[in-house]
Amino acid sequence: MLEAIVGLTALGGGLGVFLGIAAKRLHVESSPLEGDIEAILPGQNCGQCGYPGCAAAAAAVAKGEAPVTVCPPGGRPVAHALAEKLCLAVDLSGFAETGPMVARIDETVCIGCTKCSRKCPTDAVIGAAKQIHGVIADACTGCGACVAACPAGGIRLEPIPVTLQSWYWPKPGTGKTPRSGNGVLTQ
Amino acid sequence: MTEYFFLILGTVLVNNVVLVKFLGLCPFMGVSNKVDTALGMGMATTFVLTLATAAGWVLEHGLLQPLGIAYLRILTFILVIAAVVQFTEMVIRKISPTLYQVLGIFLPLITTNCAVLGVALLNIQENHGFVQSVLYGFGSAAGFTLVMVLFAGLRERLALSQVPRAFTGAPVSFITAGLLSMAFMGFAGLVAP
Repeated sequence: MLEAIVGLTALGGGLGVFLGIAAKRLHVESSPLEGDIEAILPGQNCGQCGYPGCAAAAAAVAKGEAPVTVCPPGGRPVAHALAEKLCLAVDLSGFAETGPMVARIDETVCIGCTKCSRKCPTDAVIGAAKQIHGVIADACTGCGACVAACPAGGIRLEPIPVTLQSWYWPKPGTGKTPRSGNGVLTQ
Repeated sequence: MTEYFFLILGTVLVNNVVLVKFLGLCPFMGVSNKVDTALGMGMATTFVLTLATAAGWVLEHGLLQPLGIAYLRILTFILVIAAVVQFTEMVIRKISPTLYQVLGIFLPLITTNCAVLGVALLNIQENHGFVQSVLYGFGSAAGFTLVMVLFAGLRERLALSQVPRAFTGAPVSFITAGLLSMAFMGFAGLVAP
């Protein structure tokens, strides 16, 4: 009994020390900037930027191969944060300010093919085959992958409606809420 | 020398770990879409399997048997295999970032590849010496790599050919795997009883 405890503890400890030393020796230097940029990006790996995922996009931005406006779903806030991180002066006026979007399925058009739910990177589309689908707005990131996938053309991206739960005071001096663009509370 | 030659021949072809002993079927079906990936996976598994079998032999004769705790064999082997896989992951990340990206999730999953644990346990059962153990592990892994590459090549050609609709995708892959397994049974006649 004692041998078993001591033996296994020694083995586990020895392997732990070995792996710790190996991790120090074989450490791969990756740019700390890449990690920071990846943290700013949404991290859904939707692929709209044309890179295989957010990590690849972050690497491209860090190398200067991609512009700070690389992330379509991130929109203006992400582009702004990236420009700040990289100390770049970027003219964001041409960048369409759409605000956060959410996908909406038109129930009269939906044929229940499940093509959109298979494309969705966050599994926000619900509905079985041959049933009308719906979108869980809380899970939807507005990446737009489903819009292109829908054969019936029944999915649109809409701005998130401002409700009592999501409305907040406009920032002082701007005169409008950054979320809705018009500051009008709709129910 | 001939003994070692037959040991390797036996593990690669006659007692092939995938097609005759049916171990390690998960990566066999999972990572065999492309020849390059299959080869990379085979290489990584070869590294892990050879090291794990050698480490398993050392542990069995240096720790488990002297302390009389052979009943903890499976537990200790899993511990060692997990550590070796972690080490392999670090090495691959250092020397080939491309392969690291291609293998992706399947690299840490070598830990749960039953071929690795299975070969290490079979090796103890067969009472091999240290050199034989290393060769046994290496031969089994070489057999694994060979079968992975063969199967990936077959699947690459299958993807381009006209398959009846009911059989497209996974079904025809399973049928191919079965035919490949039957073909490998032919090697049983290689060694006279």
